[in-house]
Amino acid sequence: MTPLAGYLLVAALVFAIGLAGALVRRNAIMVLIGIELMLNAANLNFIAFWRYGPHPEALTGMMFAIFSIAVAAAEAAVGLGLVIAIYRHTHTTEIDKINRMKG
Amino acid sequence: MIQEVSSFTPQTAPSAITGILWLIPALPIVASGCIALLKQPRRTVAAALSIGSLGISLVLSIAAFAHVLSGWLAGNAVREFANFTWIRFGGSAVELGWVLDPLSAVMLVMVSFVGLLIFIYSTGYMAHDENFTRFFCFLSLFAGAMLGVVISNSILLLFMSWEIVGLTSYLLIGFWYQKPSAAAAAKKAFLTTRVGDIFFLLGIVWLFAQTGTLLFYNHGEGSLEPLALASLLTQHAALGLTAAGAIGLLIFAGAAGKSGQLPLHVWLPDAMEGPTPVSALIHAATMVAAGVYLIARVYPLMQAGASDSGVTTSLTVVTWVGASTAVFAALIAVAQNDIKRILAYSTVSQLGYMMAGLGMGGVAVGMFHLITHAFFKALLFMGAGSAIHGCHEEQDVRHMGGLRESMPRTFITYAIGMLALCGFPIFFSGFWSKDAILEAAQHWTVARTPFYMLVFGALLTAFYMTRQVSYVFFGRYRGHGHAHESPAVMTTPLAILAFFAIALGALGTPVWPWFRAFLDGHAAEFGFRGFSEPGLLALMATSSLVVFLGLGLGWAIYGNKSPLPAAPDALEASMPLVWTVLKNKFYVDELYGVTVIAFYAWWARVADWFDRFVWGGAVAGVTWLFGLFAQLNRFLDTNVVDGSFDKGCEELSNGGGLLANIQSGVVQNYLRILALAVVALVLILFWSSRP
Amino acid sequence: MTVIFFLIAAIAVAGALAAVLLKHLVHSALAVTIAFGGLALMFLSLDAQFAGFVQVLVYIGAVAILIVFAILLTRGADLPREGVFSSTWLTGVVIAAAVFSVIGWAVINSVNAIPQQSEVPNVSVHDIGVALVGPYVLPLEIVALLLTAATIGAAIVAMHEKGGSE
Repeated sequence: MTPLAGYLLVAALVFAIGLAGALVRRNAIMVLIGIELMLNAANLNFIAFWRYGPHPEALTGMMFAIFSIAVAAAEAAVGLGLVIAIYRHTHTTEIDKINRMKG
Repeated sequence: MIQEVSSFTPQTAPSAITGILWLIPALPIVASGCIALLKQPRRTVAAALSIGSLGISLVLSIAAFAHVLSGWLAGNAVREFANFTWIRFGGSAVELGWVLDPLSAVMLVMVSFVGLLIFIYSTGYMAHDENFTRFFCFLSLFAGAMLGVVISNSILLLFMSWEIVGLTSYLLIGFWYQKPSAAAAAKKAFLTTRVGDIFFLLGIVWLFAQTGTLLFYNHGEGSLEPLALASLLTQHAALGLTAAGAIGLLIFAGAAGKSGQLPLHVWLPDAMEGPTPVSALIHAATMVAAGVYLIARVYPLMQAGASDSGVTTSLTVVTWVGASTAVFAALIAVAQNDIKRILAYSTVSQLGYMMAGLGMGGVAVGMFHLITHAFFKALLFMGAGSAIHGCHEEQDVRHMGGLRESMPRTFITYAIGMLALCGFPIFFSGFWSKDAILEAAQHWTVARTPFYMLVFGALLTAFYMTRQVSYVFFGRYRGHGHAHESPAVMTTPLAILAFFAIALGALGTPVWPWFRAFLDGHAAEFGFRGFSEPGLLALMATSSLVVFLGLGLGWAIYGNKSPLPAAPDALEASMPLVWTVLKNKFYVDELYGVTVIAFYAWWARVADWFDRFVWGGAVAGVTWLFGLFAQLNRFLDTNVVDGSFDKGCEELSNGGGLLANIQSGVVQNYLRILALAVVALVLILFWSSRP
Repeated sequence: MTVIFFLIAAIAVAGALAAVLLKHLVHSALAVTIAFGGLALMFLSLDAQFAGFVQVLVYIGAVAILIVFAILLTRGADLPREGVFSSTWLTGVVIAAAVFSVIGWAVINSVNAIPQQSEVPNVSVHDIGVALVGPYVLPLEIVALLLTAATIGAAIVAMHEKGGSE
């Protein structure tokens, strides 16, 4: 197993754990935490490929990861703001209860 | 002696009068239609339309006659025709047309003149009837149809007019349809003539098939012209007849029905149920004469293939039937008590004379008696009508009597008519016309028996007419109330007809045989040379003797006596059995009732049963089947189609409801499905990219 | 596959697991911070120093704090009655396991097909800076815009409404 494969597998594992968290936990903030973990895992993937891939001097993977981090931060801000706003309306953060959009 | 029909002038172009000849029948028919459309019974309008249209037809007929006469005087025998094609199908065509020759010209004048007089008479006779308008409508229709028969150049047009004549006869006999006897008589007339008409139609079809044309005269191609007749003679039918002979016999069957010849005579006496003008017009002068006219018209066909003496099978049959009818009917007339019935049987007898005359003597002989008979028989019928009217609708001669004093005008005209019918010598037309027939019979080469039969018939004619006149006009009045003379509108036509009953005789004497010459198309010589014919004077003496004998016998037995109505007739007292047979008309009606009518009734019952149970059953079965099918359809539609549709919609709705549950509103579920979809996509990608 | 690698991997994975499994939200937030840290160490071990430090600065320094704030503001400290895991948690775990197996299998099957070099890349912060304002200037500006928009948006969303619903 190459080093790359190892990193990739770790990334996959973190991703799966993050996904599990997003799918299983009932609190909205936990879902966001899960999403952050997934994003992190993706970043790890990028960096791993940058490191072991051809042309690391092009900095593509690194750039991508950095921008991803920036965007993730913005998204986390907005998401958490939304959760707070919803909490104000419905006095709950449980996702099961927020189903006004059901068909 | 039968004259060979000399060649008529070949027609170059039809003259003006021939071009408008169709107006003669058309005007009365149009008048009839107009009367039929009148909303309320407007008597004066109806009468005016009828008499006016027939009057115009009379004027046109006289103009046509004048045209033919002028041609004859110039030495040309005129035969003009105008044909047109009615329907064309494939290679053949149905052609109609009309012809103007001496035969049709004299017939036109006779029919329209006698018809006009009877129309005028009817305005008086039917004045108290509430169906006055309907009467004139039918009368006009009849007049138009009869004139159509006369001018037809196409056998199909003749047949169509023939049928309309039969229809109007039915309508007019059954005019007082509320009377069951009248309705039955009308039906009898129609059906009996129908029997004849079937044979007639067969003859028409055969003629058309054989000669390829419906027209009589058509520039040499007509069915009565030498070319067609020659082809007919070469064809052989059954029983040794040629096609010409067979067709001639078939056509004669039709004429026999219409003219009341022996087996088909049964309708004519019953037709007296109709009003007297109807009897006068239709059953004396015109319709019954149509049969005689038909034979005269197709005479070249009847005469085709004749031997030197002019004898053919068809003409022989015509003669025998005519002679038999003459005697048969005269015998029955002796024992009748209804004034109109005596005249009816007399008509049948005289028609027999006409047919015998045609058969033995040719067109001129038969037609001359037809013309004279039309006048004096119409006169007699109208006189009888006047007498009936004067005796308050009494028709039994035993309840009349002594009308000589109370109805003088009627008596004198009636007496003239009666003497003309008997054939009183010299002065009366009947003598000359009947003598012409007897002369032809005397010289007939086939047999002498018809001559003796006709002579015996003349004796009987004089006898029964004397009997009738004695009962009606002589003796004491035995009826109820007072007899009164009829109004002038009724007696004036009588006078006019009486004049012609005498005057017409002058047209056919041996001194000046104008009629024969006119019809045959050659010049008429005036001179006493006619009397030098062998046996002519002896014949005239014989017939005069016979007439006097009959008159004397009748007067001796019946004259000036007034038997009580209940008492038996003088002849009945002496020959009761003979009297009964004669009174019951030789039981011919009963014979028909037992044979033909019984069979027909049985057949009708069979057909009814068949129709009701077999066809009706089939129809009912089909209906039931359809009902079943409809029920099935309804069931399927309600339950299967509707049900399935409703069910389907319901399921769809439920399914929609179920599917809507996917959108739970819980975001986490959406995310789960997303992740699942990603897994699935990846797998798909993997497997699809495998080599 | 050095020991360091497994150690760092263990930190990251454990932190992630803890974050997901712990009942108390604040504990969970702290655990995810550890996971972030572990991942930053991974970046460092991959010679992506700048990325590692950015990770520490942004994620641990900003995102985690943000999460904690959000927990505080939404009273996440109170445990819900029915439990923190949804009633259908097994389905979710299975799905996550499926995803992991698919990705893992893909990695294992395909990683040998790509060329992998092992020499350390020579990258300095100067190079990163140059790259940021060079080839990647557009994404940089767009991200700047994005961040501005996000900040403003988040502020508006989370702001007390006039008339207040609290």
